[in-house]
Amino acid sequence: MRAGLARSASRHALVWALGSFIVVPLLYAVVSGFKTTGALTTDPVGLPSPWKVSNYTGILSSGDFWRQIGNSVMIAVATTLLTVAASALAAFAFARYAFRGREFFFTLFAAGLMFPPAVAVLPLFVLLRSFGLLDHPLGVILPQAAFALPITIIILRSFFRTIPAELEEAAIMDGCSRFGFFWRILLPMARPALGTVSVLAIVTSWNNFFLPLLVLADPKWQTIPVGIQQFQGQYSTNYALVIAYIVLAMVPAIAFYAVAERQLIGGLTAGATKG
Amino acid sequence: MTLSATTDDRPRPAVRAPRGRARGAPAGRRLRGWMSATWFLLPALLLFLFFVLVPIFVAFYTSLFTWGGFGRPEDFAGLDNYRKLAGDPVFRGDLWRGLVLVVLSIAVQLPVALGTAVLLNQRMRGRAVYRAVFFAPYILSEVIAGVLFGIIFLPGTGLADTLVGDLPLVGGLAGKWFSDPSTALPTLFAVMTWKYFGFHMMIYLAGLQGIPAEVLEAASIDGAGPWRRFRGVTLPLLAPTLRISVFLSVIGAIQLFDLVWVTTTGGPTNSTETMAVTMFQFGFKRYQMGYAGAISVAMFLISMVFSLLYQRYALRRDLQGAVTSAGGRR
Repeated sequence: MRAGLARSASRHALVWALGSFIVVPLLYAVVSGFKTTGALTTDPVGLPSPWKVSNYTGILSSGDFWRQIGNSVMIAVATTLLTVAASALAAFAFARYAFRGREFFFTLFAAGLMFPPAVAVLPLFVLLRSFGLLDHPLGVILPQAAFALPITIIILRSFFRTIPAELEEAAIMDGCSRFGFFWRILLPMARPALGTVSVLAIVTSWNNFFLPLLVLADPKWQTIPVGIQQFQGQYSTNYALVIAYIVLAMVPAIAFYAVAERQLIGGLTAGATKG
Repeated sequence: MTLSATTDDRPRPAVRAPRGRARGAPAGRRLRGWMSATWFLLPALLLFLFFVLVPIFVAFYTSLFTWGGFGRPEDFAGLDNYRKLAGDPVFRGDLWRGLVLVVLSIAVQLPVALGTAVLLNQRMRGRAVYRAVFFAPYILSEVIAGVLFGIIFLPGTGLADTLVGDLPLVGGLAGKWFSDPSTALPTLFAVMTWKYFGFHMMIYLAGLQGIPAEVLEAASIDGAGPWRRFRGVTLPLLAPTLRISVFLSVIGAIQLFDLVWVTTTGGPTNSTETMAVTMFQFGFKRYQMGYAGAISVAMFLISMVFSLLYQRYALRRDLQGAVTSAGGRR
């Protein structure tokens, strides 16, 4: 009994030691946001005295921050709707139809997993410019959706295949069309899988930096990661203020994670083990 | 099992089954003309074509020109850009630094992540909270991680200096971190570890949960201690997950951009520069789009060749039925 207790205590100690490497930077950020930059650089470890709230309140009352959050939300939602809609249709075809070239097309999409988006960023810029999509949210939404297709199709296809074919036959015998079956029966049944891929797509879009950096030069459309970088450039020596900005930018991500944790991890592990 | 294009080799009826005949076909195998499947595939296919496949061809095309990025590329250069690339010390350095980051990830980050996963796979109080904490950095953007650690590693006044300042061994790092060419890459690696560690831990945890308890019990009844159980049962059964995690680490290192751009923009004196950063520098700072295109193509070829070889020799069994065989029902 006592040996068990000691073992458990040492296990916790080990986790705490490892965990402190993760937590200390985050705590440091939250606390430092309340300091003046002077206090931050002379005493990085201590608590702020007095607690300076104006860093945070100043950002919260600025239009830029909220506009960036709004842009990020809008782009993430649009990307996700497009990704999931296009992927669900395609995954339905891959899971339920036998057609010539099915293997070829599926392999083509699956191979997309191996193309790092960074490879395509420069030619995408050239292409988007010729489509007139620079400084337009669609210039980020469309490519993001395209790069999210492979993983989404793979996860949805494997889920669609778990739904018994008898169900489809019964529906079609009752006069349901192919699309009717897909829309009215399959999609509602696939809600957990749709949730998982949606959360994955939202997080990927929310964190994307490279593409929005290139495409959305106009501050009107800047997303939050690009906004952070701009803000850092602008207030490069006011470290406390910059830290307050990133702490506030963390809040939506952490809140979303708290709500969607299970779906996100389900998606990552399904994605990681299935391809 | 390769990624090459294969067509469905199952025998098929000569006549396309019309709608009403569906009942007669075997369950789940009703053959349909590919016309109707096309309507379902079309949106995804168009998106993929225009925003994934075409850009890769555009990169190939522009890489053959000396092109500043405006107007049409007209100054055909053949393979000049590639010849220049092969001799460019910065690009060679990119390859070397990429390799260093991959090796460090596999040698340091993954084993620690595995150890933590094994630890957190045991029953213990607060396990869910611990998992959530370790995973938290993964959901924050690279920009947030980069800006935060840029400030933590400020020479002289940052948190890191204050913490290590008087310590033996690491005390010498104080004042250097991102600002000294000899320590910048290891510092970058530390930030990468902070950011991605939780992701690897999480997929290992998922893998560990797939290992049946009976197998471990059986080993324990046969007299295997914890270490032997780990070596003999857990590790081999976790091998597919480990191979995926190595794969993702390498692909991640090939395209590393955000963290570098936000912390060091590749400096000091190129000591943290990656291929993606070099590409960005040439494409959008110096307007040498042709040369930047050649870097894109090089990145594409490297990740493609690596993926194919890795698929062929390491992932073959794991991915069967997932990435490579569309049917999966064979």
